[in-house]
Amino acid sequence: MADVKKIATRESYGNALAECGADFPNLVVLDADLAGATKTGVFQKAFPDRHIDCGIAECNMTGIAAGLATCGKIPFISSFAMFAAGRNFEQVRNSIGYPHLNVKIGATHAGITVGEDGATHQCNEDVALMRTIPGMTVIVPSDDIEAKAAVRAAIEKEGPVYLRFGRAAVPVINDRPDYQFEIGKGVLLKEGSDVTIVASGITVASALDAAGMLAEDGISAEVINIHTIKPLDEGLIIASARKTGKVVTVEEHSVIGGLGSAVCDCLSEKCPTPVLKLGMQDVFGESGPAAALVEKYGLDGKGIYAKVKEVVKA
Amino acid sequence: MNKLELQKKANEVRKGIITAVHSAKAGHPGGSLSAADIFTYLYFEEMNIDPKDPKKADRDRFVLSKGHTAPGLYSALANRGYFPVEDLKTLRHLGSYLQGHPCMQETPGVDMSSGSLGQGISAAVGMALAAKMDGKDFRVYTLLGDGEIQEGQVWEASMFAGHRKLDNLVVVVDNNGLQIDGKVEDVCSPYPIDKKFEAFNFHVINIDGNDFDQLDNAFKEARSTKGMPTAIICKTVKGKGVSYMENNAGWHGKAPNDEEYKTAMADLLKISEELGGAN
Repeated sequence: MADVKKIATRESYGNALAECGADFPNLVVLDADLAGATKTGVFQKAFPDRHIDCGIAECNMTGIAAGLATCGKIPFISSFAMFAAGRNFEQVRNSIGYPHLNVKIGATHAGITVGEDGATHQCNEDVALMRTIPGMTVIVPSDDIEAKAAVRAAIEKEGPVYLRFGRAAVPVINDRPDYQFEIGKGVLLKEGSDVTIVASGITVASALDAAGMLAEDGISAEVINIHTIKPLDEGLIIASARKTGKVVTVEEHSVIGGLGSAVCDCLSEKCPTPVLKLGMQDVFGESGPAAALVEKYGLDGKGIYAKVKEVVKA
Repeated sequence: MNKLELQKKANEVRKGIITAVHSAKAGHPGGSLSAADIFTYLYFEEMNIDPKDPKKADRDRFVLSKGHTAPGLYSALANRGYFPVEDLKTLRHLGSYLQGHPCMQETPGVDMSSGSLGQGISAAVGMALAAKMDGKDFRVYTLLGDGEIQEGQVWEASMFAGHRKLDNLVVVVDNNGLQIDGKVEDVCSPYPIDKKFEAFNFHVINIDGNDFDQLDNAFKEARSTKGMPTAIICKTVKGKGVSYMENNAGWHGKAPNDEEYKTAMADLLKISEELGGAN
């Protein structure tokens, strides 16, 4: 695995916008003084007239995007997840969600892999917030290929979409000829019979690592990539839960309100199954290198492996 | 329309406001009445709109940033022919297309959903920006309360509008002087309002917002102002036209009971007679 290609999904976001710019003349990109960090600078360079820097004023940026959308534009608002979803929650709800406007929210620097900036900038609550807004689609891509496909799919879908990207480079895991992205359709990455691991975002690669380690111990883990948290691919999750009878969810997000909660919402109503939720256990993050934080909070392959093994043995 | 016709129309708009809020048994009459002349001027004189084609691509846009005064907007829209005046009685009723705050998906003629204060102006700025980006000449109007401008987002939006020289944008402030908790200068003074917008690179006009001559001059001046957005600061009387509601913060968000309704309508009928009958 030493020479696996790695790229941050925020890079994919900027590149995908630039690639889509020519195909979608109504596509416009808004930033709040973070075009360099959100990587939308790539789009800005290619389409300077369609890039709008709003200054450090995310709430206003959100309203401007709403106004642009009422006039037929397809605006992407870009900022760190903390501001795009957190500071902005009520603007997104009332100015975009309630009128169901065609605005896309490109949230970068999500989760603990923000790293050294620490807890104030590590948003582990955004999926929970966005998931509660009626009509909002929530996508958490796992790698470069999925992130780029998600951007295009979001443009093609009418209505508000929240896209979650990361700061740190992550392995490319979807580089295969038959890869297809469809909003709301989960991906069965590895079949198994003893336990189901449902992951999203950067933890999908960790889940695959864990499944490899579990196999060495004779444990057969099924791995599902849920890139769309809302609408959730309930059919795929229920079928797997029925087969294995044990589910572990993994996310770089609070275990309150994110992927784990979405899976529990589904299974508790339609297929009651024990679920262990891995993620941030109702705590804030802290400063440190991204990889060290992922390890500390148990979201690397080894951490997931250890927890899943406990579940299977129980 | 001439001044007398506008005055008569505004009085009809005020009757619609009282009828709607009375029927709803809730709502915001004070700020709807103070802005009734502004609504009337915009929808009967200023804006390029077509009630038969509410979504016409190049129409002028209006965003009611002070969304709680939806009864004023709805009454203007109904009187302008977007929907039957009779339907104003369904305001806030279950299943009505006249929601407590403006909903663009429900109500013909509503260009933006609003009501959470400070947000509408940003959407208006976005519309004005869209016109500039596409080289279109439609204009965008937004109405804010003088309490609303305590919201920080108003100034984020104003900074952007001034920076981008959005001369197709007119920000109207209904300076009726009262908010829920009392006088705006006692709660958290927004004054001087004009100097603040000037500092954000707006062309600023101070007028009596219940005087159609002054409204006419101000909106014409805004139209001829190039290279910067215009803010029209309208001194108004909260509750204007209904004797017991005028300058009374208590009528910010309260509906008249049956007795009060009769008095209010009698007040407005008297104004109609003074103006020489309704039109």
